[in-house]
Amino acid sequence: MSTTQVKFYQVGSFAVGNRLLRDDERSVQSDPDRTNALTSGHRACQGCGEALGARYALDAAMRATNDQLIAVNATGCLEVFSTPYPESSWRVAWLHSLFGNAPAVATGVAAALKAKGNTTTRVVAQGGDGATVDIGLGPLSGMFERNDDVLYICYDNEAYMNTGVQRSGATPPAARTATTQAVGKQPGNLFGQGKYLPKIAMAHDIPYVATATIADLRDLEAKVERAMTMRGARYLHVLVPCPLGWGSASCDTIKIARLATQSGLFPVFEAINGEVVASSKIRKRVSVDEYLKLQARYSHLFSPQRNDEVIDHLQRIADKNIERYELMGE
Amino acid sequence: MQKPYAITLTVGSSLANHTGSWRVEHPEYVHRMPPCNKACPAGENVQNWLYIAEDGSYEQAWRELIKENPFPAIMGRVCYHPCQTACNRGFLDESVGINSVERFLGDHALEKGWKIDPPAQETGLAVLVIGAGPAGLSAAYHLRRMGHQVVVRDATHQPGGMMRYGIPKYRLPREILDAEINRIKEMGIVFQLNTRVDDVHDALEEGFDAVFMAIGAQLSKRTYIPAGESARILDAIQVLHSFEDGQPPLLGRKVVVYGGGNTAVDVARTAKRLGAEEAIIVYRRTRDKAPANDEEIEEALEEGILIKWLSTVKYKGEDDMMIEKMELDEKGFPQPTGEFETLEADSLILALGQEVDFSLLGNNVDLDTKSGVMDVDSNMMTSHPGIFAGGDMVEGDRTVTTSIGHGKKAAKYIDAWLRQTVVEPKVEKEAVKFEDLNSWYYTDAPHAVRERLAATRRVYDFSEVVQGLDESTALYEARRCMSCGNCFECDNCFGVCPDNAIKKLGPGLGFEINLDYCKGCGICVSECPASAIEMVSDL
Repeated sequence: MSTTQVKFYQVGSFAVGNRLLRDDERSVQSDPDRTNALTSGHRACQGCGEALGARYALDAAMRATNDQLIAVNATGCLEVFSTPYPESSWRVAWLHSLFGNAPAVATGVAAALKAKGNTTTRVVAQGGDGATVDIGLGPLSGMFERNDDVLYICYDNEAYMNTGVQRSGATPPAARTATTQAVGKQPGNLFGQGKYLPKIAMAHDIPYVATATIADLRDLEAKVERAMTMRGARYLHVLVPCPLGWGSASCDTIKIARLATQSGLFPVFEAINGEVVASSKIRKRVSVDEYLKLQARYSHLFSPQRNDEVIDHLQRIADKNIERYELMGE
Repeated sequence: MQKPYAITLTVGSSLANHTGSWRVEHPEYVHRMPPCNKACPAGENVQNWLYIAEDGSYEQAWRELIKENPFPAIMGRVCYHPCQTACNRGFLDESVGINSVERFLGDHALEKGWKIDPPAQETGLAVLVIGAGPAGLSAAYHLRRMGHQVVVRDATHQPGGMMRYGIPKYRLPREILDAEINRIKEMGIVFQLNTRVDDVHDALEEGFDAVFMAIGAQLSKRTYIPAGESARILDAIQVLHSFEDGQPPLLGRKVVVYGGGNTAVDVARTAKRLGAEEAIIVYRRTRDKAPANDEEIEEALEEGILIKWLSTVKYKGEDDMMIEKMELDEKGFPQPTGEFETLEADSLILALGQEVDFSLLGNNVDLDTKSGVMDVDSNMMTSHPGIFAGGDMVEGDRTVTTSIGHGKKAAKYIDAWLRQTVVEPKVEKEAVKFEDLNSWYYTDAPHAVRERLAATRRVYDFSEVVQGLDESTALYEARRCMSCGNCFECDNCFGVCPDNAIKKLGPGLGFEINLDYCKGCGICVSECPASAIEMVSDL
């Protein structure tokens, strides 16, 4: 009799849950009693990736810390849509100060807890790519350099979405934003040198740096959980597509994040003390076209005709990521 | 409450903000038609019983299965499983081995001795079923479940019809056949064997309220073959029949079978088991045009049976015969080439298809036939009110599964006819396509193959060729089902909603959309692996 070990369920480990899995094998999000750190009634757009990413990350952090968590938030969409005075969508202890100072405030919260002898309450700081890559980079670098006991989570939607889709340091080449119009010889954002924050964080040799997307919930939750087992400065960079700023269908938010990883444009990896230790392998490789086509911010690359030169350039970036982070293979 | 300086409003939760008002469409949970269910000639709800079996609730799964088909252990052996051909998993890795799981459930039920509940209420109406083959037995079972008295008459001394006299026991062991028939007998169905019905009209006069005819197609088709005086030419159905009755015919050392259907393959494999050194099938067309099931052809070839494709029989002598090579013309019809070949052959068995024996229609002319089969309307009723027909004697695929489907369908319409009610017309639903699924979430999990008896051992006896699955393998196979078009509680919708607007109701209860907060983004629909949610306009 041929025997095969029963290890696959219909959906492997990629779905949120499955009735056939034991409770401890299920994701935090499949738990009907999850925190819902960011609850209903928030004013994010239809299909907001950032709202989803924030709930995924903070629910996992709440479970990892037995609900002993303080979240510090930078200015940005996440702050604005969740807390229009006097309402709040947050169901965690939550603090907001300025656009650029979230890492410094979080450092202060961690220092205060230490001064009070509280070793169980943990601190998370979070912000968008504008607050992280541009405006708060100085305080963030300081937080890393001092190795303050904070997990900083960046929800990267690749532009300043709250104020009307202006370019940020994290905006990818060729993307159209309000300030990088699809006109002229090099339409959309320029091919600059890039400002890839996970690598900047790794350059500080901090204990933990990881990237994730909302397309792989299990991976994101595992990384938050792992980060919470460590002390010192930790950094998690989460790709969160923005239907409004990227010009994509609201139902495609997760699909686009998935295509970003499967094309190689967004490498998903983990680094300990500045060294990459693991990367998520591509399951179904796609060309960058598949990813770009779904987004109006790249529509100028496909009409009136396909801009081979620019798309090839983007494909080379993806290919380089695949090689650098070893995204193919088992 | 005294508010701090410059604070005029009391802090509250965003739950006060009903973002559902932004919406122009909303998601709804749906049940769509899985391709396996649609393809099943017996109308089984395959996806549903697989779903139930997946958590090990085998009895419940079996009870769901037998709502449509009383013979899962038989079907798990002899069905040519169109469900697996239709299965969407085939586009991902390999189709789910539905047939092997069905057999597992059927065998498990026999092992555990699970019984079929008697009808809750007797109707006091009586139905005569003529023919104890798959169509007749299926009709009898369904009619009995509906509370009618059922009498089954058959001309032979054992029930089963072609399941016994057509399908050799290396494919369907007789203890399995007997056990499943016995189980429906225990529901109170009366069997009158060795009872040939000479005229169906007499039955109605006997006091039956309705009659279902399912006598099959048992007359072998003939063709003229020039033959020498002592040439031995036999008929496939008779060979199988007399073998089953314990009187195997003398076939000689070299046997040639003429025909390309399942009966031809069955009889060739039987001949080999009866000791023929050589069994050769001669068929006038090519393998892809042969009506026989491909798996059976493959098993026959493994057992050393030779097949002469594109050949017709020209002459049969005492211990040899002549065949002519054919070639296909542009239309795909075989044409003679004038090339001949001589084969050694002690006997020639004709398996050229079967015809219906209409003698039971009697002398009255009120029962219409059409191109060699009974003419029935969409309710399976003949031109005579109250007389219904199904199985091989009406138009359709001549398989056990189709016959079981006919029996079920006829029972439904006989019941409606008896009760003077109307059957709700079935709405034909489109099957879920592979492209409708979000296949990202399904990991590769290759098909668990059923072991087969080694070919060398097979040809010496009539042991069952295809083995069953053990429990863990059957469970693995069931769990490969992608649940096309129906929720299987993977929690994806509950997890992916950015607005936390989906409520998880608990095991078996599914989910509910909270329309107060659903903004109608549609992510739950896109990320549902099974295509079990649809967007519906609010406008």
